[in-house]
Amino acid sequence: MDFQYLFELLCGGVVKGSIYALIALGYTMVYGIIQLINFAHGEVYMIGAFVAFIVAGILTLTGYSGLTVLVLAAVVALIYAAAYGYTLEKIAYRPLRNAPRLSPLISAIGASIFLMNYVQLAQTPDFLPFPELVADFEFMEPIARYVSSVDLVILIVTTVTMIALTVLIKYTRIGKAMRATQQDMVMARLVGVNVDRVISATFIIGSVLAAIAGVLIASRTGQINSAIGFMAGLKAFTAAVLGGIGNIPGAVLGGLVLGIAETLGAGYISSAYEDVFAFGLLVLILILRPAGLLGKAVKQKV
Amino acid sequence: MAHLKRSFGIGLWFMFLTLPLMVVRVNTLNHEVEWRWSNMIWVGICAFAIAWFWQFSIERRTARRAHVAADAHPEVEKLSLAQRLADDPVLSRRVLIGAAVVAMIFPWLVSTGQNYYHINVMVSALIFVVLGLGLNITVGLAGLLDLGYIAFFAVGAYTYALLSKNFDLGFWTCLPLGGLMGMLFGVVLGFPILRLRGDYLAIVTLGFASITKIVLENWDTVFGGAAGIAGIPRPEFFGMALDGRQKSVYTYYIVLALVALTIVVTTRLKNSRVGRAWMALREDEIACVAMGVDMARTKLSAYALGAFWAGLVGVIFAAHNNFINPDSFTFMDSAMILAMVVLGGMGSILGVIIAGLALKLLPEYLRAFAEYRMLVFGAVMVLMMIFRPQGLINNMRRKYECDTVEGDHDDGAK
Repeated sequence: MDFQYLFELLCGGVVKGSIYALIALGYTMVYGIIQLINFAHGEVYMIGAFVAFIVAGILTLTGYSGLTVLVLAAVVALIYAAAYGYTLEKIAYRPLRNAPRLSPLISAIGASIFLMNYVQLAQTPDFLPFPELVADFEFMEPIARYVSSVDLVILIVTTVTMIALTVLIKYTRIGKAMRATQQDMVMARLVGVNVDRVISATFIIGSVLAAIAGVLIASRTGQINSAIGFMAGLKAFTAAVLGGIGNIPGAVLGGLVLGIAETLGAGYISSAYEDVFAFGLLVLILILRPAGLLGKAVKQKV
Repeated sequence: MAHLKRSFGIGLWFMFLTLPLMVVRVNTLNHEVEWRWSNMIWVGICAFAIAWFWQFSIERRTARRAHVAADAHPEVEKLSLAQRLADDPVLSRRVLIGAAVVAMIFPWLVSTGQNYYHINVMVSALIFVVLGLGLNITVGLAGLLDLGYIAFFAVGAYTYALLSKNFDLGFWTCLPLGGLMGMLFGVVLGFPILRLRGDYLAIVTLGFASITKIVLENWDTVFGGAAGIAGIPRPEFFGMALDGRQKSVYTYYIVLALVALTIVVTTRLKNSRVGRAWMALREDEIACVAMGVDMARTKLSAYALGAFWAGLVGVIFAAHNNFINPDSFTFMDSAMILAMVVLGGMGSILGVIIAGLALKLLPEYLRAFAEYRMLVFGAVMVLMMIFRPQGLINNMRRKYECDTVEGDHDDGAK
């Protein structure tokens, strides 16, 4: 057994998994509050990557370089992703708050298709080369084989983001309101929580996380396309379900498990079937443990 | 005035929102940035107009709801045209016969000599109508959201392609086999996952469709890989040689017969014991199970039956095109079939047929519009859910009436 190869795969898996985890957090938070699979979440991720690409393109051509470009592009991308997430909720989900369960789901699929084609028509259906914004660090030289500089940035950013999110949810006012809404929407409203605003905030936070993931993954793979959001969204949802949907640590765990499983499967069996492993895992988990790894089985009350 | 102000704000917001994506286009090869400011103005104007209309519609919807709620005792429900048509057996039979006659002579209406383009277009449209009707069983009647419906279609198509290529089996032998294969896949997949709640089911079916496509693309020794399988024989007609137009007309009649069969079967099922169980399950799972409906069996039957039609029509699709490859079975196709069901009205047969024909034929004849097809589909799906969740044509329920004895019935409305 080649341990070096295994270790290489594991590192790749963790990096990939942490990206999935970032997107999965958005799914899980929205699902926890309004029990809706936000199908268009993957598109928000894609839009984040696209906006970053455009801003980076303009800045590079006007003569900036390196870290300035990355930070500026990321900030603009985050703002736009938040704006899109907010608008999406207002248009496609809010009018359906009290509709039967299937309606918002279909509306979400429609929104996803709409956004995907909107970007495709407004920009291009081809793959675009994403500029390399993270320079190779010198101190990474000895271990660059396992963890490249971009990977290091990804790991640091995701860790910081997740800690920030935990703090936000645990200790701030809006976090408290979010937890209250998640537990019982009617009761939260009774004690004076502005539920509409909490839901908007959830969408904004989720979208920001997705945009961070978008910028990071685009600078790692080096190319973007209007269709990347669909697969990424699906995988991230798988990660969320894997960890137990509605459960925030679960989403992170699910993302990591999914990323590692996928890379190992691709590395040892066949890379063409990478997606098959992800969905196979999803089906297995749903059959064996429908509540997910960390989720608690919820009894449905009548 | 308040509306105008709000709409103005929304217009500005959308101008901001679409600023990077609609206005800027970075060309990384030539290192150029293209600014398209005119787009921004258009977005602003359109968003303003739509926002104004949107507010107007929402207001009307709320007003209507309030009206319905205030009217505690709705005397007579206003009947839609379709409902009236269905209630009148003589009229509905006449309309049905008329439609059947038009469908029968259609090939001679639109094609002369060797020009059979329109027939081919119609065949593709009807194939999708059958798919829509099949999915209507799963989604519309039983309420199981299946986002991977196209996979069963692929199963049928590949069944015929492989059987005719490797074992030299004819079309008519393969037609039921394709349906059965679709059904088999439906049951095998359905068994473990039908316990899941609606939204999980949607994701798993979506995953299943992706897996199917990946396997078809990558297992090239069996399925021909991304290049697909070519040279699939057309349906045979008692051993006679048919020319191009006759083949198309023949396929047209086969699909037409299948559409008719699907309509008959679905209508009969809808009013049967199992059909009522499906609809009950769709409306309220817990109540339905409490009434003694076997949930697993009911769901599985809906799922398998839907898959059966997809497999069946997949065989026809393969035969009609002579050639199949995995690109015909993408998520977008699944989404389009779903759009047909949603647009037509879940559970409504007539609605699904109309929506299916419209969604397939309009892009075909309005080529300029074809590029925006999926964009419009997406928007329509959202708008339909908000403003008209019942679809174009309401799902008509059979009504059972009973006469109450006069006098002892006071509902206290006064």
